[in-house]
Order: sequence, then C-alpha cells, then structure tokens
Amino acid sequence: MSTLEIKDLRASVTTDEGAKEILKGVNLTVKSGEIHAIMGPNGSGKSTLSYAIAGHPKYEVTSGEVLLDGENVLEMSVDERARAGLFLAMQYPVEVPGVSMSNFLRTAATAVRGDAPKLRHWVKEVKEEMAKLEISGEFADRSVNEGFSGGEKKRHEILQMALLKPKFAVLDETDSGLDVDALRVVSQSVNEVAESTDIGVMLITHYTRILKHIQPDVVHVFADGKIAESGGKDLADELEENGYVKYIGKPEPARI
Amino acid sequence: MTVAENNTGLAGPGGTNTATAAEAVIPAASRGERFTGYDVEAFEVPSGREENWRFTPMKRLRGLHNGTAEADGTVSVDVDAASDVKVEVVGRGDDRLGVGGAPSDRVAAQAYSSFTEATIVTVPTDTKPDKATLVRVTGPGEGKTAYGHLQLRVEAFSNASIVLDHVGSGTYADNVEFVVGEGAKLTVVSVQDWADDAVHVSEQHLSLGKDATLKHTVVTLGGDLVRVSPTARFAEAGGDVEMLGLYFADAGQHQEHRLFVDHAVSHCRSNVMYKGALQGNGAHSVWIGDVLIRAAAEATETYELNRNLVLTEGARADSVPNLEIETGEIEGAGHASATGRFDDEQLFYLQSRGIPEDAARRLVVRGFFHEILMKIDVPEVRERLVAAIEAELEAVENTANAEPATTA
Repeated sequence: MSTLEIKDLRASVTTDEGAKEILKGVNLTVKSGEIHAIMGPNGSGKSTLSYAIAGHPKYEVTSGEVLLDGENVLEMSVDERARAGLFLAMQYPVEVPGVSMSNFLRTAATAVRGDAPKLRHWVKEVKEEMAKLEISGEFADRSVNEGFSGGEKKRHEILQMALLKPKFAVLDETDSGLDVDALRVVSQSVNEVAESTDIGVMLITHYTRILKHIQPDVVHVFADGKIAESGGKDLADELEENGYVKYIGKPEPARI
Repeated sequence: MTVAENNTGLAGPGGTNTATAAEAVIPAASRGERFTGYDVEAFEVPSGREENWRFTPMKRLRGLHNGTAEADGTVSVDVDAASDVKVEVVGRGDDRLGVGGAPSDRVAAQAYSSFTEATIVTVPTDTKPDKATLVRVTGPGEGKTAYGHLQLRVEAFSNASIVLDHVGSGTYADNVEFVVGEGAKLTVVSVQDWADDAVHVSEQHLSLGKDATLKHTVVTLGGDLVRVSPTARFAEAGGDVEMLGLYFADAGQHQEHRLFVDHAVSHCRSNVMYKGALQGNGAHSVWIGDVLIRAAAEATETYELNRNLVLTEGARADSVPNLEIETGEIEGAGHASATGRFDDEQLFYLQSRGIPEDAARRLVVRGFFHEILMKIDVPEVRERLVAAIEAELEAVENTANAEPATTA
C-alpha cells in the first residue's frame, strides 16, 4: 500500500512578463488502488499539475510538497521520480528520431526495474501488452513517437505504463484525440493495469467521456490552480449536466 | 530536436537561432563559373572575404593559402590493398593525374603545384575485390607541412570499397581524385581522424562515367582545422552519386565541408546528406551545399540535406544550401537545412521513463546519427564510428559535469 500526498503545491512558469503562478495550493491524497478523476476547464492548470509532479524543467515549484510514501519527490531528478514509482502519460508525447521504440522500452524497463529484463520474457511481455492495446508489431522498430498519429502516441503511453508498472500514474488528457474504438481499447488497458497492479491513478481530463469507461473512486474539480470541489461519481454527473460555469463564472461544457 | 526547416532555399529569420545560422545565398556569379586551374599562380591570394573563404579562419591555415607554407615534411601513404587492386607511386608527369578535375581554390592549386609524387590505386576493369582497400595517410608531424596527391581509379564495371584514413599531426593540403569508370561502383569513406594540432585542406574530385555509382562518405572527427571540398561531376548520363557526411566538432575545432554537385549532363542523380554535432566553446562547423543543374541536365534528380545538433553553448553551425537550376525539365530537386539545440523536451521524456540523464543524452545523439550510420555499409568503419561517437559523448558529459547547472 502506497500513498501519494500533494500538500499545498504551488508552481509557476516563466513568461516574458515574469513568473506566473499557475498552481495555487493543490492538496490531494491518492492511495494505491484508487482512481481519482481530476476534471477542469481549459487553462485551469491541470497539465501543469502533472508536469510539476513529474519534474518538467519549465515549471518551478515555489512551495509545497509531493510525498510518495513520505519521501519528497520534488527533491528528486526526473528519472529518480520515475524509478521511485511515478509515471506521467503525457498529453503530447515527444518524438525521439533514430531511437527505436523497442530500444527505448527496454532501456526504460531496465532503468526502472534495476535489472535488464531477460530477453525472451521481455519480448513476450511486450508483445502481449501491445496486442492488448491493438498496436501492430511494426511499431517496435519505428522511432519513438515519430510519425505516430495522436491515437498511436496515446496507446504507446499506456503501453509504457503497463510495462513500467508504476505505483502512481498521472494520465494527462489521455482521452483527447482518441476515437471511440481507441478510447475503449486504451481504457480497457488502464482498467486491466489498475486491477492487476494496485496502481493509484490520477486521471486528468476536461471531458466526462472517458469516465464512461474508467470508473473513478473520487472526482475532483480543478479550477484556477487548485481543487475547487471533490466528490463521488455524482460530481461527474453534475459536470456532465451543467459544465464548469459554477467554477469559472462562464459556461464551458464538460461533455462533447 | 527543435528544428528550423528550410525547404525553399530562401530561409528567413526562422531559419536561424542564436547559436547558429542557416541561410541560402545566391552568389554573385553562378557556382559553375568559378575559376579552376592546376597552377597556383593563376589564383589570387584570398583575403578571407571571398565567398569561398568567408567562413574559414585564414590565420589558422598556416600559410597554405598565400604561398608561405613551404613543404618541409612528407606524409606517408600506406595501402592495404585487396587482391586485384594495383598500387603505384608515380611522378608529377603521369598523364592520368588531374583527369578527375582541376583545383578550384588556391590551396588546392598550391597542393597540385607542390606535390612531388602521387599514389594511384587502381581497381581494374570487371573486378570485385573481396574486401575493402585501406589507404592510410599519416600527417607530416607536428610543425611540419606537406602537400600530396592521391588518385583512386575504379575502372569500368568494377565494384570496390575503399577507406581513406587520415591520421597524425601537421599541416597538409592535397587533392584526391575518385575516377569511377563506366558502369562501375565505388563505395568510399574518407575519415579525418587527425590529432588535435592538424590542419588539413582537401579538395576531393568525384568523377563519374556513364552509369557509374559512387557513394562518397566524409567523416570528420579530429584536427584543429579541417576543410574538405568534394566536387562531383558527371562525364556522361546515368551517373548516381550519394554524398554522405558525419562530423563531430569539439571545443576550438573548425570543420568545414564544401560540396559542389555539377549536373551538366542528363539523367543523373545526386543525394547529399550531412549530419553534424557540435559541443564546446568555439566549436564551429560549416556546411556549404552547392548544386547546379545546367541547361543540358534534363531528368536530373537531386536532393541535399544538412542537419546540425548543437549540444552546448558556445558552438556554432553554419549551413548554406544553394540550388541553381537552369532547366525546368528535371525529375526533382530539393534541399533542407536545419540546425537545432539539444532538445530538453526529448531529455525530459526519456528521463520521465526512468532513464538517467547521461544515458538519455546518449540515446538522443545516437538517434540523431542513426540514419546516416545505417548508410555507411563498410562494417569496420561503422563500428569505429559508433565507438568514436561514444567517445565524443563521454567528453560532452565531462564538460557538462564540470560546469555548474544554470537552469532549474
């Protein structure tokens, strides 16, 4: 059983006009096996939250703590956080030309697991996970994310999550850009990982669409850099009905 | 990598960043009209302001350009020849010399006017040697100057691989002729793996006969100043030249590659791909890619590409593609030039999967060179290059570790 505690997290980004605060005191605790949906309108700082947890150099954390079983991950380098058990499925995965997906996956698994996985088991393991996500085998030889469609990139993010088996995963708008079939396949994989590994998930999304496939235990509304309200599944239903108007003072729907 | 693409030949400010410059220049005169000749006295002493010399630090040429660099040493040329391959050392009077092309700048003409003996390596007609021929040129030694001449001949319908390896110290200017006969195929790699003090200025003349195929790869790693100018010419239709380059410039190194592909006859192809990485203060690379499609060169197909990866502050990459087209009856012509800084987003992505920073950096740089390494089909050379790139990356890590981090 692990716990991820975010305490009064504040972070800013450097702009031409100086530092701009985006996270304004986030408090959130996620335990193993829990799925938390974090729903918010555009520009509320949802993606910044995910990047700040992962340690993106663009964002400066000005105060607060992110504790993984009591250890402050903010004091760790980006790769140390991943090895400690954090995973971020990115909204816009990065292309790395000339580095094959298979080389990348094996290098990452070796780093996270501490040992190079035995080749025969590894090949089988990757093939199985790829099959679940309906990813064709040819992707193993292609450069990381290069020339992938939006949906293909998202499937590969979840593939990485399934292989790296983190303690906690932040899924940053994994649903965006997925058509109906892709959303179903990706959601199934997330559910499968959640059932088989006791992972804790922060599911960041603008829309209620993915919540029809992945059942959250807790729903949070994120607005203006912090959590504005928390509740159960009924909070998502309310957002579906009324959108974000209550939180931002102007209408913005939460369903497509 | 953040790149500025330039596919039109006319790059705007978007084609540059602070550490680098990429611009397409229309020279005052057509590249095809540049003077060539064998006699050094026919060339004016360059001042450094000429188009041909504007990127070269003239002082570091040690007088190769103005007649003050007297030959007081010699290079040694050692050939490990495959069976069937003939090696000769000939005097200046051998009438085969110079058929590959005439010098097009004063240093090359100085070399042509100054050498005392030349090495000719011949692959006779209709042969396919069972292994690559290795030609090793060892510099004259620190503080010494030498001029040289080398001709690699692959006669009609033969198929050969040759590795030209430059090592050692000193100051050296030479001409190398690659004469590829009708229907013949030559794969050649010229490696400049000089010691830190070396200055090397080389004009390489690529001469293709009817239906000839030449894969010419230039690899520049060592030396204080290395300037290699490959010129490709087609004698008759059907020629196919692939010109590849890989360079890695460290602090203080000047590496210049000036290419000219002269399409004067029809139905020929040229494909140019040069990739370079730079690191450290004062590392400077220059890539010039001149392609001329003359009026008679119908059905020409040409493409050229240069990519630079700037790994640290203080390094500068200049990249100047230039395409002149005098006929509309071509299959295709294009170029691309891009220079990018080491991409923090790529680093973040790899690290966010648990891969430590040094390993992530290596993955990115290896990936950058992967495409071109795969095209180098002489296995011994490829392995050596992979090892050389790894060694360069060790160096960048040491540099990076020595400096305090400036970003959060």
